[in-house]
Amino acid sequence: MRNELILENKLIELIGLAETDLPTDVETSLRNSLKKEKSELGKMNLEIILENVRIARENRIPMCQDTGILNFFIKYGRCKINYDKINKIIIDSVKKATKEIPLRPCVVNPFSRLNTNNNTGIGVPNCDVEIISENYVEILVFPKGAGSENMNNLYMLKPANGIAGAKKFVLDTVINSGGYPCPPIKIGVGIGGTSDIAMKLSKKALLRQCGKKHKDEKIASLEEELEEMMDSTGIGTMGLGGTVTTLGVNVEYADCHTASLPVGISIQCWADRRAAMRLYDNGDVENLSHGGIGDD
Amino acid sequence: MTKYNLFTPISEKDILNLKIGDIVFISGFLTTSRDQAHLRALEYFRKKKEVPIDYGNSALFHCGPVVKKIDNDWTVIAAGPTTSNRMEEMEHEFIRIFNVRMIVGKGGMGEKTTKSLKENKAIYCSYTGGAGALAAKAIERVVKVEWLDLGIPEAAWTFEVKNFGPCIVSIDSKGNNLYSEVSAKVRENYERIIKSNTD
Repeated sequence: MRNELILENKLIELIGLAETDLPTDVETSLRNSLKKEKSELGKMNLEIILENVRIARENRIPMCQDTGILNFFIKYGRCKINYDKINKIIIDSVKKATKEIPLRPCVVNPFSRLNTNNNTGIGVPNCDVEIISENYVEILVFPKGAGSENMNNLYMLKPANGIAGAKKFVLDTVINSGGYPCPPIKIGVGIGGTSDIAMKLSKKALLRQCGKKHKDEKIASLEEELEEMMDSTGIGTMGLGGTVTTLGVNVEYADCHTASLPVGISIQCWADRRAAMRLYDNGDVENLSHGGIGDD
Repeated sequence: MTKYNLFTPISEKDILNLKIGDIVFISGFLTTSRDQAHLRALEYFRKKKEVPIDYGNSALFHCGPVVKKIDNDWTVIAAGPTTSNRMEEMEHEFIRIFNVRMIVGKGGMGEKTTKSLKENKAIYCSYTGGAGALAAKAIERVVKVEWLDLGIPEAAWTFEVKNFGPCIVSIDSKGNNLYSEVSAKVRENYERIIKSNTD
């Protein structure tokens, strides 16, 4: 029971932290963008973004009115709390956070468009669970706005198109998105797997910090190449032209069928919001974001 | 980047000389309407039902705010712009029917809206996307809310604002569209990138 109470309290705090304060790596990346930007409108928009981030943090209010769909990425170890209980705590926390922080109720029925008024519903919040063997549960909350989510893309390339084809697809997607997803954007690319896996990998790629490259050098250099390519489009902050278009490109991959080359793309707005924590079986809690141990 | 202060109701004269790239600060009324409120207003107009919103008296704001009700009064917590392009198929008609003089949104709008803005002597301005906390600071009070049955984000909120901005004029009343200009350059860059990757 004790750990359940701890989780209930911490989860509300975690959602609040994600919505009101950017992770350190994202803010640093925005500051670097401002240093690099040459366009006057681009600089002005980046300054406004940084000012907005400061106001939200100081007043503990959501930085963006699109407080998003809440996605949870969970690593579930050998814990005292059963998973069904964790799931219930997550749903209750989202309802409570919607009232208390407050968040904008963003979840509607797709047919009637009726708002559920509490940010939960069928399949929402979306919880991705990975089973691990350690003695803790790790929870990452990832609010995702629709402006960027609406620009996501999946393409089932032919193997003959190769990685050159994947690069062109990323470029086409970013060009067609223009200013809609609130650039500078972070781009998650999932290569391989099946269609659903490619999309999931692209979203998981977004969870990696800005500026932290893939461990595999070949993938890391692909990420750098894609970043340069995206910045050279000239889309700029808010799509009004400029030298900086992206906060970074993160690529993840899985092996795939010999006849397939799935490529999934998830776009994230400048408000790359996330917060993570770890709850050990003995009741200890560690912060993994915002200056916590995950910020190595 | 010339700066202007505009007060609602905004007249034709107020906006005729504004050019793309100019900066505007608005004082007066902003009324939010996005997908669902656009659909409903146009449906009511077709069915000759009364639309309880005077769009001509305020600026039209593409926005779904975060609000909180404290002792029967609404307070705005965050209220930045939403992606305007979702309204592209309805906006040209909406501007004409409801006498819209100024739109505030983000991401720009297409040819149909640009043409309608020119014909009806109106402009489109961009507020920094995602800057919801900053935007809320310029909102002094909620004047009223209509169509709350559409849900908080989709309802039509009228705010009283003071120096709401900076808003960048991105489509002017002469038919100039800043996004189209950027887009043309981006297309050139695209051709160059593709060429250098296939050589």
